[in-house]
Amino acid sequence: MVQPSSSQPRQSTSNPTTLAGLIAALVVTLFVYFQVFLFLREGTANPWIIFIVSLLWGIGGIWLLFTLVTSIVDLLPSKYRQGIMPWVFAAPAILLVFYYLLIPTFRTFWLSLLDAKSDKFVGLDNYIFAFTSPAMLESFKNNLIWIIFGGGLSVALGLLIAALSDRTRPSFEVSVKTLVFLPMAISMVGAAVIWKLVYQYSPAGASQIGLLNSIGTTLGASPIPFMITRSINTYLLVIILIWMQTGFALVVFAAAIKGLPSELLEAARIDGATELQSFFKITIPYIQVTIISVSTTIVISTLKVFDIVFGMTGGNYGTQVIANEQYTQMFRSFDYGRGAAVAMVLLIAVLPVVYFNVRDFGKEAKGF
Amino acid sequence: MANMALEHIYKRYGKTTAVTDFNLNVEDGEFIVFVGPSGCGKSTTLRMIAGLEEISDGVLRIGDRVMNDVPPKDRDIAMVFQNYALYPHMNVYENMAFGLRLRKVPKDQIDQRVRGGAKILQIEHLLERKPKELSGGQRQRVALGRAIVREPKVFLMDEPLSNLDAKLRVEMRSQISKLHQNLKATTIYVTHDQIEAMTMGTRIVVMKDGFIQQVDTPLNLYDFPKNKFVAGFIGSPSMNFLTATCNNKTVSGNGFSVEAQGKLADSLSAYNGKQVWYGIRPEHLGLEGSTTIAGGANRLTGVIEVVEPLGAETDLMVNIGGQTVVAKVDGHAQVKVGDTVTLFCDQSRMHAFDMEKELAIGR
Repeated sequence: MVQPSSSQPRQSTSNPTTLAGLIAALVVTLFVYFQVFLFLREGTANPWIIFIVSLLWGIGGIWLLFTLVTSIVDLLPSKYRQGIMPWVFAAPAILLVFYYLLIPTFRTFWLSLLDAKSDKFVGLDNYIFAFTSPAMLESFKNNLIWIIFGGGLSVALGLLIAALSDRTRPSFEVSVKTLVFLPMAISMVGAAVIWKLVYQYSPAGASQIGLLNSIGTTLGASPIPFMITRSINTYLLVIILIWMQTGFALVVFAAAIKGLPSELLEAARIDGATELQSFFKITIPYIQVTIISVSTTIVISTLKVFDIVFGMTGGNYGTQVIANEQYTQMFRSFDYGRGAAVAMVLLIAVLPVVYFNVRDFGKEAKGF
Repeated sequence: MANMALEHIYKRYGKTTAVTDFNLNVEDGEFIVFVGPSGCGKSTTLRMIAGLEEISDGVLRIGDRVMNDVPPKDRDIAMVFQNYALYPHMNVYENMAFGLRLRKVPKDQIDQRVRGGAKILQIEHLLERKPKELSGGQRQRVALGRAIVREPKVFLMDEPLSNLDAKLRVEMRSQISKLHQNLKATTIYVTHDQIEAMTMGTRIVVMKDGFIQQVDTPLNLYDFPKNKFVAGFIGSPSMNFLTATCNNKTVSGNGFSVEAQGKLADSLSAYNGKQVWYGIRPEHLGLEGSTTIAGGANRLTGVIEVVEPLGAETDLMVNIGGQTVVAKVDGHAQVKVGDTVTLFCDQSRMHAFDMEKELAIGR
C-alpha cells in the first residue's frame, strides 16, 4: 500500500481482535460515563464525593475517551487515519456548537411556523406579521437609525479620537483613551440607568433632577420630556450606544494606527502629501481591515440592541427595535410563534454582517 | 538639480546634542556619502535635510533658498528609506505615481515618467504587483523608482541597501552608481558600511558622535586620514595601530622599528622621544620572502596567532611584542600558527598619530 508522503510510514496493524476489544471498551466507557452523568445530576450524595467524582469524570473520562478513540483510529488503514484523526479532536467542539447553537436555531425556526401556543402549524403567518405589523415596521425603521447613526458615529468618532490622540504626549493619550473607554466597562442596563438621570423630565415648576433639563431650566428654557418626544427619542437612545461603543472603536483603531510604520507617513510627507491627504490615503487604507472589523462588530450590536431600549423606554413612544419586539412577543404576549419569527428575522439580518466580519478578520490575520 | 549648503547645523534633543556644527557644501551632481558608526548623527543630518527633523541651529540651503522652515513636500527632494516604506495597499505603479498625483502632474506625463523609471530599473513587469508580492531587491528598486520619477533636486538615501543580502547589495551598489552617472542628480547617501562609502561616493563625510571627522574623496580618506578614527574606519581590514616611541625619524617598539620618510619624517621631529601611534594598513605589510615590498630595515617581527586564508590572499594575525597586527600576505605563503615571521613595512605608506589628540602627524 502506498503511504502518503507526509505521514510517518507507520505499518497498518489491522488486528480485528484488538479493534473489536477497543470498540467494546469504548462502548463500556460511554455507558459508565452516562451513568456517572446521571449520578451527578441527582446530586444527592455528599458534596465532596460529587466534587471528586466530577473531577475524575471530567478529566479522567475525557482522557480515557480520547485515548480509546485515537487507538481505534490508529488501527485503521493509514489512508483513512489521516482523514479521520482531525475529526476526533474537533468532535467535542463541533458537538457543543451543534447542541447549543444549531439545535436551538432549528427549534426556533420550527416554533416560528407554529401558532402562539406551539400547537398548530400556521405556515408563514408569523412571518407575515413580522414584516407587516406596525410595531415591526417601526422597529425596522428604528434599527436602521441605530445602524447608521450608532454605527457610523461610533466608528467616525473612534477614528478621529484615535488619530488625534496618537499625536499627543503618551501620558495625555492614555488618559484620553481611558476616559473614552470607561463606558465600555458599564453594562448596557447600567448605562441606561445613568442616562435615565441625564434625560429625566419633571413638569415645569417642579425641581429638575435630570441633568439636561436641570441645565436647560437654569438657563431659562422650559423642560423637555426627552423620552416621549417622538422626533428625537430614538436618536437620544442611540447617543448612549455611541457613548459606549466609541471607546471600543478608539482602542482598536489606536492599536492599528500604532502599527502603521512611521516611515510610511514620512514617505508620504516627502512625496507631497498634506496631513489630511496622508490620513485619508495612507492611514485609512492601512487600517482598512480593522475599520471593517470594528464597523461590522458595532453594526451587529446595533442590530441586536435591546437593553438600552428596554431599560429607557421599554420600546414605547416610537422607540421599538427588533430585539425588544421579540422580547415583547415572547415574554409579554407569550406568543411563541411570533416571537420566534421575529428572532429569525433578526438572525437573517445579522448573518451577512457576521459573514463580512469573519471574512475580514481572516484577511487581517494574513496581513499585507 | 541643485547645489546645497549646510552651515553650522546643530541638532539638539533636550540636553543631548546629536549633531554638532555640521558644515558642508554640496556641488550640483555630487554623490555625497555620510558614513560612520551607528549613533554618529548621519541619519539625523539626512532627516534634517529632508525636513523630517527640525534643525535646531544653523542654515540649510538647497539651490539659493533657505529651507529650514520649508515643509518636506516643498523642498523638492526624494528619499529612499532603509525599509523601503512602500505603500502596502498600492501596487508598484501607484506607489511610483503617488507623489506625482499629489503634485497634480498631468496623467499622460505621470504614465510616461512611471514607465520610463520602471524601464531604467527593469521593473516594468512588476508594475501591477503589490509590495508584499515582491522580493527585497525588487522592493528596493521600486523605492528607487518612486524617487527618480519625481525628478527631484536632491536624492536622499538612508541606508537603502542594508536590508539586502550580501550578493544583492553588491549588485544594487553598482546599479545606484550607474543610475547616478546617468541622472547626474545631487545625492546624499547614508551608510554605516565603509565599502559602500568608498565605492559610491564622490566625496565622503566621516562622522562620529555628531561631529564631522573628515570630508574628502575616497582615496584621500584612505591616503590622508586626518585622525586615528578615520584611519581605522576606512579600509578593511582596519589599519593597525601600535604604540611606539619616536626617535628622530624612527618609530619603534617591542619587536618593530620603522623609519619614516619624506614629510612625515620632518613632522615627526617635533615628537622626538615621545610616544606616538604608529599606523600601518594590513595591505602595506608584506611577509619576508613572499612580498614585493622592499622592507629594508623596516621590519616587524613576531609570532603568528591566527591564519585566515582567503584564497587570493591570506590574513595573518601576528603578535608583535604584545601588540597584534593584521597583515595581508600572499595567498600561498607557507606559514602556520606559531611560526615566528618578519613583516616588511612599506615605509612610504606608514602613518603616525599624536598619542593624546589622535590627530594625524602630517605626511
